[in-house]
Formats: sequence, structure tokens, C-alpha cells
Amino acid sequence: MTEKLLARAGAVRVAGVVAAALGLVTVLLPWAYGKTALDNMTYFFGPSFLQLCYAILLLVALVALAAKWFRGRLGRFAKAVAWADTAKAAGLGAAGYALACLVAIAVQNGGLVMIEPGGWAAFGLALVTGGAALVLPGSAKPTLGKLKSPPWVQILAIAAAMAVVLFAAAYELNRADIEDFLVFGCFAVAVVVVGRAAGLFGWLSLAAANNRRVLSLAAFAVAFAFPFTQNGSDANMSVANQVLIFAATAMGLNIVVGLVGLLDMGYIAFLGAGAFTAAVLSKSAFATLSVDLPFPVTVLISGVVASLLGLLIGTPTLRVSGDYLAIVTLAFGEIFRITMNNLDGVDGPNITNGSNGVPAIPNLDFFGFNLGQVHHFLGVDLGRQSNYYWLLLVVIAVVIVVFSNLAHSRIGRGWVAIREDELAAEAMGVNTFALKLLAFAGGAFLAGMAGSVKAYRDTAVSPDQFVFLESAFLLAAVVLGGMGTIGGVLIGATLLKLLPEKLRFFEDYRLLLFGALMVLMMRFRPEGIVADERRQLEFHDADEELAEEVEEDLVSHHSLLNPETDRGAVA
Amino acid sequence: MAMLEVKDLEVAYGRVKAVKGISLAVEQGQVVTLLGINGAGKSTTLRCISGLIPPVVGEVWFEGERIDKLPAHKIVRRGIAQSPEGRRLFKNMSVEDNLLLGAFSRQDADGVKRDLDRVYGMFDVLRSRRHEPAGLFSGGEQQMLAIGRAMMSNPKLLMLDEPSMGLSPIMTQLIMRTIGELQSEGVTILLVEQNAQAALSLADRGYVLEVGRIVLCDSAANLLGDDRVRQAYLGAD
Repeated sequence: MTEKLLARAGAVRVAGVVAAALGLVTVLLPWAYGKTALDNMTYFFGPSFLQLCYAILLLVALVALAAKWFRGRLGRFAKAVAWADTAKAAGLGAAGYALACLVAIAVQNGGLVMIEPGGWAAFGLALVTGGAALVLPGSAKPTLGKLKSPPWVQILAIAAAMAVVLFAAAYELNRADIEDFLVFGCFAVAVVVVGRAAGLFGWLSLAAANNRRVLSLAAFAVAFAFPFTQNGSDANMSVANQVLIFAATAMGLNIVVGLVGLLDMGYIAFLGAGAFTAAVLSKSAFATLSVDLPFPVTVLISGVVASLLGLLIGTPTLRVSGDYLAIVTLAFGEIFRITMNNLDGVDGPNITNGSNGVPAIPNLDFFGFNLGQVHHFLGVDLGRQSNYYWLLLVVIAVVIVVFSNLAHSRIGRGWVAIREDELAAEAMGVNTFALKLLAFAGGAFLAGMAGSVKAYRDTAVSPDQFVFLESAFLLAAVVLGGMGTIGGVLIGATLLKLLPEKLRFFEDYRLLLFGALMVLMMRFRPEGIVADERRQLEFHDADEELAEEVEEDLVSHHSLLNPETDRGAVA
Repeated sequence: MAMLEVKDLEVAYGRVKAVKGISLAVEQGQVVTLLGINGAGKSTTLRCISGLIPPVVGEVWFEGERIDKLPAHKIVRRGIAQSPEGRRLFKNMSVEDNLLLGAFSRQDADGVKRDLDRVYGMFDVLRSRRHEPAGLFSGGEQQMLAIGRAMMSNPKLLMLDEPSMGLSPIMTQLIMRTIGELQSEGVTILLVEQNAQAALSLADRGYVLEVGRIVLCDSAANLLGDDRVRQAYLGAD
């Protein structure tokens, strides 16, 4: 009986491998009629880049399926991979990806008839591969995350991962066609799913935890290099700048919402305060207070003004909590916008020129380096947006350093304690009111700093840029990405600024889509895309398995990080 | 003069008076216990002493100074620590973070380090699992952590609110033994308990509360022998 089963499993495996091998051949065939389909999939023996992406997924599935036959000869590293789950994810991922390609071709070229047999074969064979992997028994949890490896391997892996991220981001952003953009996005998602299934991400996250400084530097280097991938075009850099401004503001909100657990629904006001301060102080002909200050001083003043505003709003309102605070801050956000409208010389003193705001803010100039001009560097033209991008990169680096130092300090611990149990925190001697106020002021300072750069990048500041919807999106970025985390908020901010920009044809349904996404997130992953360890437990209280998993992870993590101290403790 | 003195204390939640005129004193180095059933006002008294709720009438004196107008964090700084009812650990934070939060009001890093070692020395399980979230521990272990966390402020007066609540008899014994050890180290303790037998066998003095008033007050030995206490709290016929 068992023999029969084993024989059948063997046959299924062979079928899967054969299908995968045949599937690899399909990339040598054309998938579509008409050159405009995706990135031109019409050649024999000339696979396009998007076809190669399919081949990569299928190759992984093939290797994962065949790995069972070479079990005895696998190395330590290969043994720790969850091969069966990898095969499943890669096979089904390839099928999903092929399907996305077919749909894109049909949409782009007008109908299913535009798909060549090669495309259908690609989809069918991937489906067979994935199906074969699906019926075969699954694998145990990958142990890759607990594997020890020499530091240079880890650092090399981080560098490689970062290079891949840079390449993928540049490729994705340079897609002019929305179909290309979406199809490559599908591929990226599939790669992430496969990486998780194999346990590769567990290993990478451990490597990242062990080499935190290397990781930060590599990430920063990649971000720094990004303008060079744009061939002098400013379109994507403009989007990137919006993302960075949004992310820096969201990071400030992350202190208030993510660490302290206070719901602030009017956060855009602090960005506005910073922007207006910088605009009013600038050398624009419309600035009411025009003072000749060096830019770093302007940044500081903007931050201080925003945090003063934070203190002003916080002092009376932080005595109420929960829903009440949300309502009060929401009202405050609106009051800010209306006040900026009214400071026009008619209803009050003229500071902001009312609804006209402050236009024509001149470009920044650092020691003769004018940020408004195109500079030629390393054979690439770097436009105005690239210059501001680098300035914003410095701002976001400062914001991240401030946030992470605060989060891991004694003050950060007090903040999290307030979020978890305010009364208990008070009983432990935490001055809860002062700490909450500090969070308000500190977060507002970061947002104000971002605002000052925003004023110069946008060249104009007006009250209608700071509407409630922006506050809602900031909050969404924090919740979607993962409250209290740095990476999560960066991802959340990127998604929420980038997708609306790229998916223009969806504009009318933007809020609908966004609402649906939020509902799905709250149902399936309330802790956000990147989960904070503490938060994850909070949201899955009843999930014993997860609790055990987190416990295991924590123990293995820490014992790998500080093997000596832990051994000493057990002995 | 007593270390802690409470005079004619009245505390109310809205219009409902939970404590209706309590006076008590804790001498330096003593273990004093407050006994009584649910709703007698024991926890409310502790909360008021530590500044979490203000009194309606009455005074609280600590080391010769009046503290009933001070906010909670200043009272902790003066040397009163509390392990609150139901433990109220920060469940998603690690053991070590919980303990460090107990020391939040302190500025002396060396002293904190020393006290951390001291707590780990008292409870070995906390040291070996110090990076794990507190919520994953058993009830008894959580109680150890709650006591350890209160100890981390290096208090002159330690207030423990029902440390035996919800624990097995063996765990209760272990916790009581720990309190005994703290006592022999010279820590002054104000202990709120429903388990009168366990509390009285540790304590120097005891107060019995009923619906917000003190109905009995005597040395622990006398209370253990008192017929009324035996009938009401110790289950004797």
C-alpha cells in the first residue's frame, strides 16, 4: 500500500519536473501577436525580460522539485531549505505570473486571440508544475533562519539583496506602460512569497539583525544611487520626493501612534506648520517675513514651530484619551487649515496670503550649488528633483536615526508601556502626561522638518495642500506598514504615494480600492506588512502556535546574537 | 514616627465611596497586611497611597512628609513601589523591559544593573527567559516578575496587592516565601491579601477591612488567634 503511494508520489514528482522543463522551453517561443504586447514577447528564441522572469520562477520550482533526488548530497545550507514548500510557492507563483501576462496581453492588444500558443503553454505547464508540488507532501518549517554563517557571507548577501532591490525598483519605476508595471509587480510579489516559503527571508533577517550597521549603510547607498538609474528624467524622482516627504512625516506620526498608541487624526497640520514657516521665512517675493537665514536654521525653526504647535494642542487634549483624542486632533487639523486661510490680512494679520499661500519660493543654494539647476555627474544628467531627493535623503536619515534612538531608549520604553497599560505605567513611576506631550512635540518636530523641505521642493505652499484626507493617508501608512516599525512605515508610505501615482487610470476608484485594502489588512494581517514583535502577539492573542513561534524565534535570535551571555545565564 | 501613616482616608469613585475613613500606620522594617473580602477597599487604599487616585478627605504621610497631593511618578521617586492588583505586567514586552520599566524613575545606571542582577538572583526563571514576552509566562512566574518589577525601583516601602491571586497552593507558598525573604532583607512591606492564613503568618501587624472601614487592628499573632478572624477569613467553625 505505502509502496504504491510512494510510487505514485514519484510519478507526480517526475511529471512536475518534466512540466517545469517544458515550461522553460516556452520562453523561447512568442507569447503574443503584436509588438506592443508587454515588452515585446513576439520573438522566437529571443525571450523578453518579462518572459525571463517567468523562467526564473519556474527554474526555482524545478530545482525545488528535483532536490528530493539529491538529498544525500545536499550541503548544510541546502538541507535547511523547505524544498517542498518552495516548489509549491514557485510553481503556483509562475502560473499566477503567466496568467497575469496573458491577461495583460489580452487587455493591451484587444482580446484573447492575441495570445500565441506559447503563452498558453507557459501558463498550462506552470499550472501542472504547481499542481504537482501541491499534491506532494509539504515540508517541515525551514531551519534556514537558524543556520550560522560567516559574517562575510552575510554582508555579501545583504549587499546582493540591496542591489537586487535597486535594480528591481529602477526597472519597475521606469515602466511606461501600466501593464508592464503591474506584471513586474506580480513577479516581485511572487519572489517575496517564494523567498519566505524557502526560509531565505528568515536567514536574511538574521543576517540583517547581526549586521545592522552594514544594512543601514547598504540601504542608504542604494537609495543614494537611485537617481543615477533615471537617465536624467525627473518624473520618477518627483514621485520619490513625495514619498520621502510623506515617509518622514509618517515617521513622526509613528512615534505618536505606533509607540505611544495615541490616535492623531490631524497630523498633516504639523507638516503644514513646517512648510508655512519655511515659506514665510523664505526669499520669495510673496513671503511676509522674508529673513535671510541659512537653510539648516530654517529647518530647525520649522521643526520648533511645529513642535510648539504640538505642545499647544497636546497640553489640553492629552488629558482625554482614545476616541476623544482622535476627534479633538481631527478638529485641530481642520482648524489649522482654516486658520492658514484666514491669516490673509482681511480676517486677521497677513501672514500666509490666505488661500493664495506663498508661491515662487526660490530654489535652495548651498555654496553655489543651486538645487534648481541640472548638474552633470558621472555621465548622467541630474535634474532639480534629483537634487532635492538627496536633500530629502539626508532629512529622512536624520528622522530614522532620531526615531530609532528614541524607540530604544528609556523614554521609548516608557512610551510603549503607556501604550500597553497606562495605569500600570503610571504605577511604575512613568510620568505619563509629560511623556505623551514629549511624543507629540517630538513627532511634530520631525514632521515640521519635512515640511520645510517640502516648501522649497514644491516652490509653493498653500492651505489646501493640508486637507484631512492627507492626515488619513498618513495614519493609513503607519497602520498598513506596521505600527512602531521603521521599515514598515517606509513601505507603507511608499505604497500609498507610489501606487496612486502609477495607477492613474484607477484614480476615480482610488478611495474605494484603498478602503477595501484596509478592510482586508485588518482582517488578515492587523499588525501591518512589517510586524513589530510585540504587536504581533497583541493582535493574535489566541493564536498559541504563533506565540510559540515568536518565543522560539526570540530565543534563537538572542542566543545567536549573544551566545556567550546566554550560555552564562543558563549555566 | 511611622514610615507610612494614613489618616482618616476617604476615597470615592464618582459618588460611590470605596474607602470611608481609614487610618493605618506602617513602621520601618515591618510587614503589615490588609485583610478583607472583595470590595472591602483594600486595593483602593493602595492606589490612593501610590497617587493613582486622589483622596476625597484625609492625609497620607511618608517619612514625615505629606504625599497625598503628589502625582504617582513623584511618589515612586520617594520610595514607594507597588505591584498592582492582577499584576498588570506589560505582556508584550520582554521580561527585561518590564524590569527596566520598574526602574524608570531611577537615574543611577549602576544601581539599576545591580538590582537587575538581584532580581534575577531571586528568580532564576526570569534570567534564563529574560528576552521573552511577559505574557508567555505562567501565573506564578508572572507574579514573580510583578514583584521583581516593583523591587526594581529600590523602594523603601513595597506594596503588594494580592500576590497570591489565582495561584496554585504551591506557587502561593513560593511567593510567600519570597516575601519572607524580602522581609528578612529589611524591606518594609504593605501586603494586601485575601489569603488571611498566609498573610498573617508572615506579617507583624494586620488590619481587617470591611466595606471601607477598619474593623480590627492588632498584631498578626493576635489576629491569627482571634475568633472573629478565624470564623470570617480562616474557615474555622
